Amino acid sequence: MIDITKPLVDAVLVGFGWTGAIMGMELTEAGLKVVALERGENRDTNPDFSYPRVADELTYGIRHKLFQNLARETVTIRHSPGERALPYRQLGSFLPGTGVGGGGVHWNGQHWRVLPEELRLRSHVTERYGKGFIPAGMTIQDFGVSYQELEPYFDRFERICGTSGKAGNLNGAKVEGGNPFEGPRSQEFPLPPLADVYGATLFAKAAKDLGYHPFSEPASNASRPYTNPYGAQLAPCNFCGYCERFGCYLYAKASPQTTILPVLLKKPNFELRTQSQVVRVNLDPLGKRATGVTYLDAQGRKVFQPADLVILSAYQLNNTRLLLLSGIGKPYHPATGQGVVGRNYTYQMTGGVQVFFDKDKEMNPFIGSGAGGQVIDDFNGDHFDHAPLGFIGGGYLGVIQTGGRPIQQMMLPKETPQWGAKWKQAIKEHYPHTVNVQTHGTVMSHRDNYLDLDPTYRDVYGQPLLRMTFDWKENDIRMTQYLAGKAKEIAQAMGGKSLEVKMKQFGEHYDTRVYQTTHNVGGAIMGEHPESSVVNRFLQSWDAHNVFVLGSSVFPQNIGYNPMGLAGALAYWSAKAIRSNYLKSPGPLA
Amino acid sequence: MKESEKSSSRRDFLRTMIALVPTVSIAACAPLSVLRTSPAREYAPRFFTPEEWLFLHAACARLIPRDENGPGAVELGVPEFIDREMEGAFGHAANWYMQGPHASAPPEFGYQSPLTPRAVYRAGIAALDAHCRSSFGNRSFSELPATVQDSLLSDLEKGLLDFDAVSGASFFGFLLQNTKEGYLADPIHGGNKDMASWKMIGFPGARADYLDWVDQHGARYPLGPVSIAGNKGWGR
Repeated sequence: MIDITKPLVDAVLVGFGWTGAIMGMELTEAGLKVVALERGENRDTNPDFSYPRVADELTYGIRHKLFQNLARETVTIRHSPGERALPYRQLGSFLPGTGVGGGGVHWNGQHWRVLPEELRLRSHVTERYGKGFIPAGMTIQDFGVSYQELEPYFDRFERICGTSGKAGNLNGAKVEGGNPFEGPRSQEFPLPPLADVYGATLFAKAAKDLGYHPFSEPASNASRPYTNPYGAQLAPCNFCGYCERFGCYLYAKASPQTTILPVLLKKPNFELRTQSQVVRVNLDPLGKRATGVTYLDAQGRKVFQPADLVILSAYQLNNTRLLLLSGIGKPYHPATGQGVVGRNYTYQMTGGVQVFFDKDKEMNPFIGSGAGGQVIDDFNGDHFDHAPLGFIGGGYLGVIQTGGRPIQQMMLPKETPQWGAKWKQAIKEHYPHTVNVQTHGTVMSHRDNYLDLDPTYRDVYGQPLLRMTFDWKENDIRMTQYLAGKAKEIAQAMGGKSLEVKMKQFGEHYDTRVYQTTHNVGGAIMGEHPESSVVNRFLQSWDAHNVFVLGSSVFPQNIGYNPMGLAGALAYWSAKAIRSNYLKSPGPLA
Repeated sequence: MKESEKSSSRRDFLRTMIALVPTVSIAACAPLSVLRTSPAREYAPRFFTPEEWLFLHAACARLIPRDENGPGAVELGVPEFIDREMEGAFGHAANWYMQGPHASAPPEFGYQSPLTPRAVYRAGIAALDAHCRSSFGNRSFSELPATVQDSLLSDLEKGLLDFDAVSGASFFGFLLQNTKEGYLADPIHGGNKDMASWKMIGFPGARADYLDWVDQHGARYPLGPVSIAGNKGWGR
C-alpha cells in the first residue's frame, strides 16, 4: 500500500553519513538528480554540537544522544548458530550512528588506509605460508581491488578530510618519521601531524628504544587551518577531549558536515529528506534491477521513490539487513556454506595496557584529540613472520589520548574496590597520572560468524531484526595475546610504577556490554566471484546491477586499522566506476 | 547562603533525621513530612517516595562517602541527580529495546529484563528494606549502622543477596552506576555540586580548550574547572 509516489530521480541514497555524502557529491557533479533518504534527524555544528552544551559527558558519552535509538531498531546477538539470539537492548559493544552525518559526526577521525597485503589476504597468506596455514573454518578472501588501484581515492578522501600526519613511504621511498610499513603514498598528508600529549611522547621514546618504529597516527582532526578541494574550511583542533561520541564544536574534526555538506546541500540537483526510513529496495518482476526504494516518512506514510540507481550507504548492519529484507542476493547459510548475503561478518579486536605513574608525572588526561598520538605498526599486517606464531592478522598499538572524561575514561588498578572510600581515594590518586597503551587489531572471517534475519524479534515497523552470530575465535585471541606481549614490553619501559593488562583471553566469549569498537564489517562483501561475494570489485550488486553497496559492509574480513579511510576510498572508487562506465552503459561492470 | 553552608546544613539535617528515625514510628511519618517541607531541602523528589528517599541518601553515603578527600555523593546532590534520571529517558528505558520475549542469559548478552530502571529501583528498595526489617529488628536500611549497610551493599554486588521481584545485582548495578554518574557528571544534571569531584581529581570539566597546554609535558594544568552553566571553580 503506497501512499505517495515521488517523481523518478537518477539516484537515491539510502543513509546519509560519510559514504552517502561522498556518493552524493560525486553523482551530483556528474549532473544526476540525487535524493538522499536519512532515517534520523538533521544535524549541524550549530546548534547540535555547539559549546558549551556539547561538553557534556553524561548526555553524549554515556546516554549516547547522537546514536541509534535501540527502542526503534536493534540487532539480536548469539555466539553460535545453535543458540537462541537475544536483542542488543542497551548500547554497549558498538555504537551505530543515526542522523545526518551518521558515524562521521562522532568518530575519532583515525584515518588510516589499508596495508596492500590485506586487500589480497587469502592470496598473500597462501603465497607466503602455504594453503595449510589458513585454519579450517576461516573464510578469508581477497577484496578484488589492489592498493595501487585505490591509491588516488585514499589520497582524495584525505584531501577532503584535511588529514594530519606524516608520510612514511612517498612513491616507494621511505621517509623518516612516518610509518615505514605503509603502502606508497603519491603525496604527503594535507596537514602535518598533531602535537603529542606527554603520554604519547613517553610511548614513542620507549618504543624507539626497543627498536620499533613510532609515528603519528593519521588524524582527521586538523592540525592547521585548512581549505579542502570543495572549498570547505577546517580550523585547528584544540584538544578539547570531547571527540568520539561527540560532534566537534570547533569545525576541526572532518565530518560530512565540515567537509562536504556545505557544498552538496546547496546544489539544485540534490535533495535531502530526513526522518525517512527505507524499508525495501523495490525490484522489477525479474528481480534483476531495482526500480527504487520504499520508505516511511516522518508522518508514517509509505512513500515510493523511483530511481535508476539505488545506493546503499547506511551503516554496515543496515545495508546487510536491507539486502536481506529486499531479497537481493542469496542469503548465506553456514551449514552448507552456500549463499552470500550475511557472510563473513567480522569485528575488531582491541585491548590495552594501563600504565599507572607516580604522583610527580602529570598526564593531564583530559587533553585529548580524537586521533592524535604515537603508534607503531611493527606488528600489523604481515610486517613480521607469522609462521612460528600460528595466527593470521595483527594490529597497531600506541597511545592515543582522546580525553579524560571521568565517568567513562577512569582507569584504576584491578584491586581497587568499585565503591566506598577506597574507590574515592583511588580516583583521586590515579586520574591525573595514568596512560593507556591501546591495541587495535584484525578479526578474521569464519564460517559460523555471520548475519541473517532474526525469526522472533522485530523493529517498530514490524520488520525482522538483523541477527548477529559471532564469537571470538582462537586465531584472533592468539593475535591479541601476541600484541599484548608487545604492548606490555613497551608499557614497562615507559616508567610507570604499575601496569594493568586488559586483553582478551582464550575461551573468553564476545561481551556485548563493554564498548570495543563500532567497526562492524562484512555481510555484503566485495569480491571477484558471485558465488563468494555480494558485490563486485566496483561495489555493484552481482544480482541487481543498478544497486551499489558502500561502507565497511563490503570488507571480506577486518583489517588491522580503523576502517573509515578504506570505506571512504572505496566510495570514491565506486563513484568513479559509476561516472566513467556505468552511466554510459548501465549494466554489470564486472 | 553560600554553597558550603547549604550543604553542611543539609548534612546536619540529614544526620539528625537519620538519628531520629529509629525512635519514631515510621507510620507516624513525622520526620518524613519534615523532610518534604524543610527549607533546608531545596529539592523535592518527583519519583522517589519519602521512604525511598531515605534509602537513597543512606546508600549514596556509603557508595561514595564524605571523608578527608572531600564531600561524598550525598553532599554533591547525587540523590537529586538520580531522581531526575528516573523521570527522564534513562529511568523509562526510553532508548532501549524493551520488546519481548524476555529471557535470562549469560551476563555478556547484557541487560535482558523487562523492568525499566524506575521499576528496578522501586522494587529493589522495597525488597531490600523488607529484608532489613525482617533481619534487623524491624529497621530499614537507612536505620542500620554503616558497617551493616556496607555488608548489605557488598552482598548485593556479589549476587549473594537476591530477591524474587528484582535481581539484586541489577538493582545494585543501576544504583552504583547512577551514583558515580551523578558524582562525576556536569552539575547541570543535578549532582556534582560546586564541581567538587572534578576539583578533587583535577578534571577541568567543560573547559574543552587545551591547545596551549598540549605540549606542556609533565606540567600540571593550572586552571580549575568550569561547568556548562558557567560556574567557575575559582574564587567564591
